Amino acid sequence: MTNPINIDEWTCPLPLRDHPAIVMGHGGGGKLSSELVEHLFLPAFQNDMLANLGDASVVGLNGTRLAMSTDSYVIQPLFFPGGNIGELAVHGTINDISMSGASPLYLSCGFILEEGLPLEQLGRIVDSMAAAARSAGVQLITGDTKVVDKGHGDGVYINTTGIGLIPDGVTIGPDQARPGDVVIASGTIGDHGMAVMSVREGLQFETEIVSDTAALNALVAQMINASSQIHVLRDPTRGGVASSLNEIAKASRVGIVIDENKVPVRPAVRSACEFLGMDPLFVANEGKLLAIVSEAEAEKVLAVMKANPLGVDAAVIGRVVDTHPGMLVAKTGIGGTRVVAMQIGEQLPRIC
Amino acid sequence: MKYLSEFRDPELAQKLFAEIRQIVTRPWAIMEVCGGQTHSIIRNGIDQLLPKEIELIHGPGCPVCVTPLEIIDKALAIAARPGVVFCSFGDMLRVPGSEKDLFRIKSEGGDVRVVYSPLDAVNIASENPDKEVVFFGIGFETTAPANAMAVFQAKQRGLTNFSMLVSHVLVPPAIEAIMSSPVNRVQGFLAAGHVCSVMGYWQYEPLVQKYNVPIVVTGFEPLDVLQGIRLVVAQLEKGEAKIENAYPRAVQHTGNGPAQKMIEDVFAVDDRTWRGIGMIPHSGWRLHDAYEAFDAEKKFSVTDIHTQESALCRSGEVLQGLIKPHECAAFGKECTPRKPLGATMVSSEGACAAYFNYGRFVALDEVEVQNYPG
Repeated sequence: MTNPINIDEWTCPLPLRDHPAIVMGHGGGGKLSSELVEHLFLPAFQNDMLANLGDASVVGLNGTRLAMSTDSYVIQPLFFPGGNIGELAVHGTINDISMSGASPLYLSCGFILEEGLPLEQLGRIVDSMAAAARSAGVQLITGDTKVVDKGHGDGVYINTTGIGLIPDGVTIGPDQARPGDVVIASGTIGDHGMAVMSVREGLQFETEIVSDTAALNALVAQMINASSQIHVLRDPTRGGVASSLNEIAKASRVGIVIDENKVPVRPAVRSACEFLGMDPLFVANEGKLLAIVSEAEAEKVLAVMKANPLGVDAAVIGRVVDTHPGMLVAKTGIGGTRVVAMQIGEQLPRIC
Repeated sequence: MKYLSEFRDPELAQKLFAEIRQIVTRPWAIMEVCGGQTHSIIRNGIDQLLPKEIELIHGPGCPVCVTPLEIIDKALAIAARPGVVFCSFGDMLRVPGSEKDLFRIKSEGGDVRVVYSPLDAVNIASENPDKEVVFFGIGFETTAPANAMAVFQAKQRGLTNFSMLVSHVLVPPAIEAIMSSPVNRVQGFLAAGHVCSVMGYWQYEPLVQKYNVPIVVTGFEPLDVLQGIRLVVAQLEKGEAKIENAYPRAVQHTGNGPAQKMIEDVFAVDDRTWRGIGMIPHSGWRLHDAYEAFDAEKKFSVTDIHTQESALCRSGEVLQGLIKPHECAAFGKECTPRKPLGATMVSSEGACAAYFNYGRFVALDEVEVQNYPG
């Protein structure tokens, strides 16, 4: 047994101690989340593979390179427009693995079921997981089930872990962005987060907002086949495009500039965000990726993306620069600029 | 008409910028009163595109910023009680009280919920008769009608388990307080469009006359804000002082009658302490005596909580435009968005938080983001 971690010995001048207990923001994908990782998990589990902080870790094994990733799904409601927790759990881990350039092969899944969950609901969730895995060409090969007392879980929590194989010669990671590179988004942003939020809060909009949940492995494979100059891939889930690009800027020690006019956002999502006082750049996506590609190959990669149904709305949204390292800056709709900083915790609806 | 994209048109924005540049001949300090306008100014980068003669002072119009520490501590004390469901607008959850914030109370087991309308809280009360449901009723005149309606409905429905922690503030007394300060620097105001959509703008006429200061009722989209600034600058340059309405699509002279009637029925004018500024006479609303039973302060006997603001914090001077955020000694050191000492560092549109994010950042004029493939 190692000693328990002594909070007082943490080195950071601003560690977690202003929150002596976990708050929701620690799971929000913003600064609190990254501090938890940086100050607790990284020092405790330290190794080179973890330190990379990509969506997936890469491990060399007998001359091949494996990517491994895990993710837990605690979403409410379990069923939302465009999907449910089951397919989300399959797509999410497939996508995390794909963002290292790997082709995902196998998944495990762990279910934590709450006493009283209707079997009919679990059946629908499992069926859609099977369908999602099948259509993405991966297999669920091991699993676990636990049941907790009523009131100790939200129906069902799912963890999935996956492994995939990285093709030879592919080096994609959050620290690979270089000044001059171009930032591409694979489609409209904010769909998933606003779909879930509109159901959760009982908000009605003229057009139903549907989650974009999808497996991106086929799209990634096509992109990698087309170009060897894809430097970074990231699926902007929790925390949205803004958090992902901030993390990349930090990991690669570069600045990133995006043009807000070029970031694709569905009108309904934009309206919903306006209504709630939220910024689509911080809203979660579950079937979109950000690619950072050398300028020379950007057009080619963009063409391949647009040819795939999951990338039809792909667009160049920005550029990697050598000024303001570690910082994301947006050129605004009317031609001004603003710094897009990481959120501290979750994005909160504004009062006015 | 979608009422959004039309008012974000970059070409029209450039035209307005050009017009402002054309008429401005010397420095002017203009205060936008409302936090929503500050948000729009920062989010669109309007402040950086204006001629350098125009200084925008971010006023005390962010309800999150000006809600006094004392009220926050009362909210925390109530929310921590067993059997209480504490409902609030989202961005109040992170505002620090003396020791904790509502997030912390939630993590310690308090039932704290984000709602989008105070009427949602009334419904929660009706569905949970065994719980005490408390709504955090803060804001300016804009949020008052819905808050009043919630209390009114709770009474109509005979709900005895609903109450409201009220900390309402009013714009005209704040403008009066700023203008009557001996060190005032503000020369013109953008009045808050949404406040005026409820209350009208006739109340500002005496202020215009008394202080000889231009006030322009202004909206929130980039073109709205620019039009407001243009009208204020035009008046200042001509030496005029009048009230103008640059937001006619939402605001009428007399405002919204039924909303005002609802407010009058439920609320009564009261002295109110503003975080960072202090007590301003007749600058807030409390619940009318007839609605005393819905007053959470009385129901939970938290009237004796008293607090002290940080001695380091100079947010009051920031809110009045007397110092820039970085001129405060605690700025970026003891005080950061992560661990704010004062209200202006709390809200994302608070002047100090905005400066913190921008201050670390060099000018980006040289960065060209237009000429990409695709």
